[in-house]
Amino acid sequence: MSARIGVVTFPGSLDDRDALRAVRAAGGEPVALWHGHHDLRDVDAVVLPGGFSYGDYLRAGAIARFAPVMTEVIAAAQRGLPVLGICNGFQVLCESHLLPGALIRNAGLHFTCLDQRLRVDNASTAWTGEFGQGQQIAIPLKNGEGQYVADEHVLDELEGSGRVVFRYLDGNPNGSRRDIAGICNERGNVVGLMPHPEHAIDPLTGPGTDGLGVFGSVLKTLVAT
Amino acid sequence: MTAPDPAVSSVDTVEAASSDPDRLQPFAELGLKDDEYERIKHILGRRPTDTELAMYSVMWSEHCSYKSSKVHLRQFGTKAPDTDVLLVGMGENAGVVDVGDGLAVTFKVESHNHPSYVEPYQGAATGVGGIVRDILTMGARPIAVMDSLRFGAPEHPDTKRLVAGVVAGVGGYGNCLGLPNIGGEVVFDPTYNGNPLVNALCLGVLRHDDIQLARAEGIGNKVVLLGAKTGRDGIGGASVLASATFNEAGGPSKRPAVQVGDPFTEKLLIECCLELYQRGLVTGIQDLGAAGIACAVSETAAHGVGGMHVDLDAVPLREPSMPPVEVAISESQERMLAIVEPSRVDDVLEACARWGVLATVIGDVTESGRLVISWHGETVVDVPPASLADEGPIYERPIAHPHDLSAVQSDTSGRLARPSSADELRATLLRLAGSANLCSRSWVTEQYDRYVLGGTVLAMPHDAGVVRLADDSDRGVALALDGNGRFARLDPYAGAQLALAEAYRNVAATGSRPLAVTNCLNFGSPEDPEVMWQFAEATRGLADACLELGVPVTGGNVSFYNQTGATAVNPTPVVGVLGVIDDVTRRLPSGFTATGDVVLLLGETDDELDGSEWAWVVHGHLGGRPPRVRLAQERALGRLIADAAAEQLLTGTHDISDGGLAQALVEATLLQGIGVDVALGTDPFIALFSESAARAIVSCQDSDVDQVLELAAEHDVPLMRLGRTGGDALTVADLFEIPIGELRATHAATLPTLFG
Repeated sequence: MSARIGVVTFPGSLDDRDALRAVRAAGGEPVALWHGHHDLRDVDAVVLPGGFSYGDYLRAGAIARFAPVMTEVIAAAQRGLPVLGICNGFQVLCESHLLPGALIRNAGLHFTCLDQRLRVDNASTAWTGEFGQGQQIAIPLKNGEGQYVADEHVLDELEGSGRVVFRYLDGNPNGSRRDIAGICNERGNVVGLMPHPEHAIDPLTGPGTDGLGVFGSVLKTLVAT
Repeated sequence: MTAPDPAVSSVDTVEAASSDPDRLQPFAELGLKDDEYERIKHILGRRPTDTELAMYSVMWSEHCSYKSSKVHLRQFGTKAPDTDVLLVGMGENAGVVDVGDGLAVTFKVESHNHPSYVEPYQGAATGVGGIVRDILTMGARPIAVMDSLRFGAPEHPDTKRLVAGVVAGVGGYGNCLGLPNIGGEVVFDPTYNGNPLVNALCLGVLRHDDIQLARAEGIGNKVVLLGAKTGRDGIGGASVLASATFNEAGGPSKRPAVQVGDPFTEKLLIECCLELYQRGLVTGIQDLGAAGIACAVSETAAHGVGGMHVDLDAVPLREPSMPPVEVAISESQERMLAIVEPSRVDDVLEACARWGVLATVIGDVTESGRLVISWHGETVVDVPPASLADEGPIYERPIAHPHDLSAVQSDTSGRLARPSSADELRATLLRLAGSANLCSRSWVTEQYDRYVLGGTVLAMPHDAGVVRLADDSDRGVALALDGNGRFARLDPYAGAQLALAEAYRNVAATGSRPLAVTNCLNFGSPEDPEVMWQFAEATRGLADACLELGVPVTGGNVSFYNQTGATAVNPTPVVGVLGVIDDVTRRLPSGFTATGDVVLLLGETDDELDGSEWAWVVHGHLGGRPPRVRLAQERALGRLIADAAAEQLLTGTHDISDGGLAQALVEATLLQGIGVDVALGTDPFIALFSESAARAIVSCQDSDVDQVLELAAEHDVPLMRLGRTGGDALTVADLFEIPIGELRATHAATLPTLFG
């Protein structure tokens, strides 16, 4: 039986169906989760998808963090459940304090959609085990508030403990500190990144298939544990 | 006993209208003519109430009633080609086209020009929101948007404000709705100084049996208002409330006439409506756009059993002091009207609550044959609904041949100095490639999400957008949106046909079969006979060409009064063509994809430089006649490419239009950074820069050349071998070579430099 990967739909989630599709393409069993339920439906991992949850009102991710389902996600993540936050999901993870730092408006002030090259700087998290350390991948980036910021000492700590998971290559698209595109928690089960791996699962509709590795990695992790 | 409510006593009622028949009313200020006002009185047998008068004035406005354009638009029906692909034709919110496998698509383009000039971000944003609701109303899931934008000269002091705001607005709304933006156009021309054109298109997909219609059927059914609360935004969009009468109560001053968008609410509304459709909970649905509740209730009533009672007290308001007239015609965004059987009302309210969508029963379908609207226990409207929705005035406006047209047409580009030396040709190519209308659109298109929903197979910078319709199907549709105001200025009949031909060719260039058409007709004032002549010519040209190409018009939009003072914009018909491709994995990219491929030129090139980008960019010249329209050749070219794509004979293709072969080679080269080496005929200037229609370049492997030649002969498409792909430069044999790096730098720098 394949692993059950939940994808949360908040009001205003947009890439939820795409994340479900990517889970299926990687060989997992996609499970839809609803923001208003205190229920993770026995999933083995959770994806918080991209979009504009609650319209990004107040701050991106600030309201979603208080959705009933997030109580369960936060508790489960602290117990070690693999959790991936993509774009708006990354913002929700930061607002939930599962990950440090914050995402602010892109340095160029525009929403930016491009095929972005990344380097995998930590290939041992729950979501990156299928990649090679230092592997270069291309997946779409699309957001208006993707500039990763944190205090210098937090950045130093992230760097020092190998918790920078993805880094931008060929130019920094949004002004993120130290070219950071994605990070993880200390345990490596919670990963957040701004680019969208769920949109790089088929060369027909994206820049390639590099994104599949993220979903394949968690399936591998779950089999191993 | 309670004291009389002062708010009620100041509101005009049907009773008051009957007892005070001679009261003077500000119908002229509301845009109604003397005879139109007389007709309203004749229909009602009394003077209208204030609310009725406002409703007639908006419903009979040019915007809602198409009173100046209707007699011309009829040709799209009378000259419609024989086709069995239309499931719903013109007249509904959008046409529905059968694309096979039980799937259908619906698509439509609409203008939001004036609001976008006043308030670029919100104007453009609500333009997207409005067209998306039109598509949702048909029962379809919206799956993509496109936009056709026209601004004044890049160096005009107001252009930067408009470009920044409009692009951010299109992106801000569409991105937040989760709809990929798959293409369109951005054009700069001083004719649009002070009058930008913002045309937005939406595409939706549905199964054949999912079609919803905007009808209030079933006596006793409930009328349910869904979505945002009603506020004062958008009142007077057509200046209809610029009247002292409606200020008499001394209420707060009217808010600006531009609506304000909330894409988050619209996203919830979309998901909620799709659930209501899927569960069969509604019998009819209508979006609220221009003229708000007034329009939605009168149209659904008129197209259903004919009677409806609406209680305006039930309408949730942002501002409780709004009088009935404002509630009736407010254009607050993100609202829909559903007709629901009484037994389903609870289910509807429950589903809406789950999505966080406000839903309120505001009325009933009745057998009265009248639209009756009450407020605070008084009847403020009692009219036959068809008199509002369908029986507005129709005008055959006078037309006159533009006084300066002969002179403009006589002033051909033949008198302009042409480049001849290799260096001059090279410099001209680069100058055009970096010009505002031909340079890279990335600065704009990178502000739009093209990936969301996961079905985008082709988007910018390809010739057309292509989307896969379902995960479990290879079927897709292609869409292109094109216009050329300069060609239409020189000859509106031919200009409209060339816009259609270009969109048709762009769709064909992806390997798709063109099926159907939508259009947005942007013109000056219909009260100017010379503008009306342009409109008559353009519609006639478009209808004739649609018939010849076998692609019916499914719907569209007319935008008049695009002018500053007495000066109208160039007539600008923007045409959208939809095509179907059976297997999206066989779509053709718009450029070179491999080294060593043979490059062929399809079609014939004549000396056709009038109205061209070259004439404009190099000489600032607009005169003569546009390129010859070649519809039979367009059709043959389209069939050839579709056949070759289906047999996987081609590796890439690029249509030839603005900027000629030179620009097609530039874009084909830059797509993946693969160079090309071509040899041209005796006159390289004409070969490179002529804008003759019905042409494309294609690339193929050596082993497939013979089969492509055979197909070309079969379809009677003239063909010339241009050269071969490869290398790091765009090379024209014996003349010049431009390294890809230089080409890319020139092509990419322009918009960021102007607007970044």
